[in-house]
Amino acid sequence: MQALQKIYSRFIPIPMENIDTDQIIPARFLKATTRDGFGRNLFRDWRYENNDDTKPKEDFVLNQPQFSGEILVAGKNFGCGSSREHAAWALLDYGFKAVVSSFFADIFKNNALNNGVLPVTVSDEFLAKLFTLGNANTLSIDVEKQTITIDATGEQEVFDINSYKKTCLLNGYDDIDYLINHRAQIEAYETQNI
Amino acid sequence: MAKTLFDKIWDKHVVQKIEDGPSVLYIDKHFIHEVTSPQAFAGIEKRGLKVFRPQQVVATADHNVPTLNQHLPIKDELSRLQVQQLIENCKKHHIELYGLGHPFQGIVHVIGPELGITQPGMTIVCGDSHTSTHGAFGAVAFGIGTSEVEMVFASQCVLQTKPKRMRINIEGELQNGVLSKDIILYIIAKITASGATGYFVEYAGSAIRSLSMESRMTICNMSIEMGARGGMIAPDETTFNYMKGRQFAPGVNQWEEKVAEWKELYTDADAVFDMEININASEIEPMITYGTNPGLCIGINGSIPVTDTIPDEGERKNIIKALQYMGLESGKQLLGMPVQHVFIGSCTNSRIEDLRLVAQLVKGRKKNEHVQVMIVPGSQQVAKQAQAEGLNKIFIEAGFEIRQAGCSACLGMNEDKIPAGEYCISTSNRNFEGRQGAGARTLLASPLTAAAAAITGVVTDVRTLEPVNS
Ligand code: SF4
Repeated sequence: MQALQKIYSRFIPIPMENIDTDQIIPARFLKATTRDGFGRNLFRDWRYENNDDTKPKEDFVLNQPQFSGEILVAGKNFGCGSSREHAAWALLDYGFKAVVSSFFADIFKNNALNNGVLPVTVSDEFLAKLFTLGNANTLSIDVEKQTITIDATGEQEVFDINSYKKTCLLNGYDDIDYLINHRAQIEAYETQNI
Repeated sequence: MAKTLFDKIWDKHVVQKIEDGPSVLYIDKHFIHEVTSPQAFAGIEKRGLKVFRPQQVVATADHNVPTLNQHLPIKDELSRLQVQQLIENCKKHHIELYGLGHPFQGIVHVIGPELGITQPGMTIVCGDSHTSTHGAFGAVAFGIGTSEVEMVFASQCVLQTKPKRMRINIEGELQNGVLSKDIILYIIAKITASGATGYFVEYAGSAIRSLSMESRMTICNMSIEMGARGGMIAPDETTFNYMKGRQFAPGVNQWEEKVAEWKELYTDADAVFDMEININASEIEPMITYGTNPGLCIGINGSIPVTDTIPDEGERKNIIKALQYMGLESGKQLLGMPVQHVFIGSCTNSRIEDLRLVAQLVKGRKKNEHVQVMIVPGSQQVAKQAQAEGLNKIFIEAGFEIRQAGCSACLGMNEDKIPAGEYCISTSNRNFEGRQGAGARTLLASPLTAAAAAITGVVTDVRTLEPVNS
């Protein structure tokens, strides 16, 4: 996993609630056996007319060149539905390093963190504010300080992340390393309990 | 200290608690399937590791498999490669695979319980959100992502933050024609598609106790549709009776001892939940969804909400967008609306009990000529039993198409899809945009409501269906 300390970027807004992982990456694109290349089909059915990737839907934000950036800002309950980690891979592969919302579905949140995509939970008011900003605005996210800032106005919120996950993100560690290092303890547990 | 059922099982499986972080949670059973496992196998191999406890892993092929001619090679190349990859990975890592052609093959959440692999008191995971199904046996069962599948391969543990606890009490008697699917749809409609996020839910109360194991599984299955990490029900005589004699359930020599252990799995009388919800079972009607998440759901005789009167702006926009996709109108009833497809299947409602209920209703009737009806047993064993009980004959006479076991039209990944713009009453669990195929419009309902629509060709209150003249 890539370490993630700070993000300074413009953002792409999708002011819609309950964006489920079937929208982020439809099931028919889950047939790959590697983690690569899912960005191409990110939001596939919102992005293209009749499943034809030569026909972008002009009203969808990813097809509007005035919007760009490494941060996705979306309505509440982002990532609900299927546990497919392909959703996190698709966001990462497309170039997103963080998703900002006022509420995330549990499994998505874990999947994102496990891939170095930072879910930033902000208040409903802060989120609403972001949706009113023009496309030239930038945001700064600081993992160490746990802050997200609207650069133009200095408005800032502190977001939550447990200290274990924060250490992992800042250093690019992953949970598997941690678990492998604790195998002796796991074996001891097995002897006692099974 | 008084403990909830959830806490009893969770606490017993904590190997280590990381300060201000997750716990290392030991996993008893790990189910895998072809879609969410290949990258995890590749991951451990890249680290030079072997699967740590292969005997605790069980594999099946379900998402990507065709439901016709399963004896032939899979036509779609990518699907075939994915299923082939699973076969190779299982072989290499000594994992038991119930693949295509095996008599135990089927949807992962159908086969675990029916084979007696799923047992009370266990921790169970699978790279699939509907792993919550197994909670019906009094297990802590939840869906995980592929990185977590890799964790379990590497260490038989996952790092998990302990969720909050919720109890939903459902007391009283259900009306005729109301099934457990209606109970869970009713709950999701009430608390919304995100209402239980961050919680692990225990279902309790007299209405739950009176349900069969199949019906309990339907409820736990859809816990994820309200955001819950999982759902569970305390084991009781119904559970033990269901399990006894199953392939991998404890044998006669161990049985009494195991049952005694399982009987300790209940929530202590004064245990405290972070949230409790009470529901009166007799108020529940047959339910049907009108939108693009399972929370957008009404009683079969109800009307779609009038969007102008929805105070919350986010929710109003949401529903307007959903209705646009669904081609439905604010304020209108669904009753009497024509549908083109009926899908009876998925890990929510493809068990033998579901098929029996449908057969009972359609016996002696024919499907409406404008509807295509697909009935897909959840496993080879269900299919075999349906055949043995003469249910298939009833379905064939009614004009239903019977398929072979798999996820089928639940997710628009394999060959079974609903065409764009057409309506499908489905017994599955998700009505998301494009879930059953790009542009498909899904109405979620119980197997009885689905069967009633198969007969009439329109959205129907099953309670009003005339009896068959014999
Ligand atoms: S039947 Fe549907 S919900 Fe169940 S495991 Fe298969 S795809 Fe997932």
